[in-house]
Amino acid sequence: MKTLALLATILTGAILLYGTADFAPWGDPESPPNRHLSTYYIEQAVKETHVPNLVTALLGDYRGYDTMFELVVIYCAGMGVIAVLRRSDS
Amino acid sequence: MKSLQALAQNGGGDNLILQTTIRLTVPFIQLFGLYVIVHGHYSPGGGFQGGVLLGAAFILIALGYDLPTSKRYFPVRTNAILANSGALIFAGIATLCALLGGYFLDYSILTRLLPIDPIEWRSLGIFLVEVGVGLGVMCIMLSLYWDMASGGQMEEGL
Amino acid sequence: MESMLGVVVAKYNYWLYVVLMMIGFYAMIGKRNLVKKLLGMNIFQTAIILFFVSMGAKRGGGIPILDKEAALAGAVKVAEVVNPLPHVLMLTAIVVSVSVTGVALAVLQRIYKEYGTLEEDEILDKIGRS
Repeated sequence: MKTLALLATILTGAILLYGTADFAPWGDPESPPNRHLSTYYIEQAVKETHVPNLVTALLGDYRGYDTMFELVVIYCAGMGVIAVLRRSDS
Repeated sequence: MKSLQALAQNGGGDNLILQTTIRLTVPFIQLFGLYVIVHGHYSPGGGFQGGVLLGAAFILIALGYDLPTSKRYFPVRTNAILANSGALIFAGIATLCALLGGYFLDYSILTRLLPIDPIEWRSLGIFLVEVGVGLGVMCIMLSLYWDMASGGQMEEGL
Repeated sequence: MESMLGVVVAKYNYWLYVVLMMIGFYAMIGKRNLVKKLLGMNIFQTAIILFFVSMGAKRGGGIPILDKEAALAGAVKVAEVVNPLPHVLMLTAIVVSVSVTGVALAVLQRIYKEYGTLEEDEILDKIGRS
């Protein structure tokens, strides 16, 4: 069982390492993740929201829907833990 | 875990230095948590980080003293109400934007409530939402700790 | 050999994350203790978080908190600010990871109360499905 797990791990790791060949080098300003959407956010987010912290502006405004359900996720986690564990009368 | 609980029951967990330090530092931790929430527009921070700090202050009380003490400072019922209201503040503001005629979560439409610049409303809307996030995260963190540490009995913590 | 070394040096961050991810993956599928499986999942999530944040890095880039006046005047150079989008996504991922860990620990406590053990084999024996 352990050898099988080790074998699967090494195989997956080898495939992933092979896949890293297609990624952009570290710290490249022209890499695909840095070229598409984020340039608009960096140039326009402060003008559109007056929030200098880009992470907060993105989190609260552009990705507000995401953040809302993030809060719902943590709320559901709390309720789930209460449902699973709590055994008090209060 | 059982031996730690036994130690706490025998009073071996009480420690004067620890409890005095916690009593002195908890107000500053809470102040820093509030600072992180309200200053999230201009420095690293925001609702999640500040909420975790505020929750950590109460967890520190529960660790240094015992679980009933932290329940006395922050009752279970208050915890449940604040956790719900935190999630409701976020969803309520989002729905309010939709009811006023804009898009869901488009804060600039709130200018119909209070006539200031729509861009300023976007900034203010982010802040209001962060307050809701902070409340929710604080209460859920504390509630997670309570349930984990006492196995759901809510009497004897670690 | 020279080109191989160049590839490794340019992308060593991805190699590190793959190694970290595989440590977590092995813990998830190879270990028989449920707490160790959970720890492996946490290591896996950490590797993914580091991977995403490193994708947004720019050489010589500053923090994504801008000078308000300069940004309003349009004087911000995109190449000098790191990509804020992965940071936002990973903030979400961290919160989800905390939630998953909390629920998993609660379920593990219940399993321990019910069966008196956290070893997978012994639990399967007690259920009667070994």
